[in-house]
Amino acid sequence: MSANVTAMPSDHEPESDIHEQRALGFWLYLMGDAVIFGLLFMTYGIMVGNTAGGPAGKALFSLNNAALETALLLVSSTTFGFASLASKAGNRSAVLAWLLLTFVLGAGFVFLEIREFLGMIGAGAGPDRSGFLSAFFTLVGTHGTHVSVGLVWILIMSGQVFFKGLSLPVVSRLFRLGLFWHFLDIAWVGIFSVVYLPGLL
Amino acid sequence: MERHGLLSYLVGFVLAVVLTAIPFYLVASHALPPSRTMIVIAVAAVLQILVHLRFFLHLNFTTTPKENLLAIAFTAVLLFLMVGGSLWIMIDLHSRMAI
Repeated sequence: MSANVTAMPSDHEPESDIHEQRALGFWLYLMGDAVIFGLLFMTYGIMVGNTAGGPAGKALFSLNNAALETALLLVSSTTFGFASLASKAGNRSAVLAWLLLTFVLGAGFVFLEIREFLGMIGAGAGPDRSGFLSAFFTLVGTHGTHVSVGLVWILIMSGQVFFKGLSLPVVSRLFRLGLFWHFLDIAWVGIFSVVYLPGLL
Repeated sequence: MERHGLLSYLVGFVLAVVLTAIPFYLVASHALPPSRTMIVIAVAAVLQILVHLRFFLHLNFTTTPKENLLAIAFTAVLLFLMVGGSLWIMIDLHSRMAI
């Protein structure tokens, strides 16, 4: 089956079947990921009051930083959409340009998050300080790890688009990367609505 | 087809910006009492997630394969049971331990 995918891009019928199957398989993985995030949100909701005499969200979070991270991720989700459209139109250089822009925006998000984490740890509010902070770093850190993996994946797919062109397997992989990237933006909507905004209220 | 796809992402982007700006503005300005702001945050989050599913992930009831819709419905049930059930137990436990 895997030999089919790499060998004959001209053979349309089985190729698109394989694409559908893999899209479903990846969709099932994303649903599993959604359960993981749901349970981390639940853990955070239970632990948020357990500050053990340490700082609470109000003293630690920055509304501007959260707004900037939100903007970067939302714009990057849209630019990925434009990359998907360009791949459907068969415009290779446009796909590469949009993927590169998506990567830069995503990297900006990860940079802001790491800066925030380091600032908190430096101020004595690391994950070992309280149950609240353990839950915070686990939830937000899991999301940040996903975004970082997505960045590596964007680089890999940019390389494939550059060297292999927009063959059917490459477009199919781009489609699944798109599902992953848009899914991470949905998880972030949960994070700013459950963690940052209520914490700063 | 191409124009339709572009419109989908742009409409999704504008709706997402509006649904993000409202709760951020309310938290920054303290225009509403905290309990009401919390309700707005929750409603805006649910609406924005639906916007992302519809306009970015292109989920709908006609072209999305049945298996995918079944998977997301099953995940919603699982999350409702596990998150709702755990919160119920833990909050109940918390109030009993506080006495």
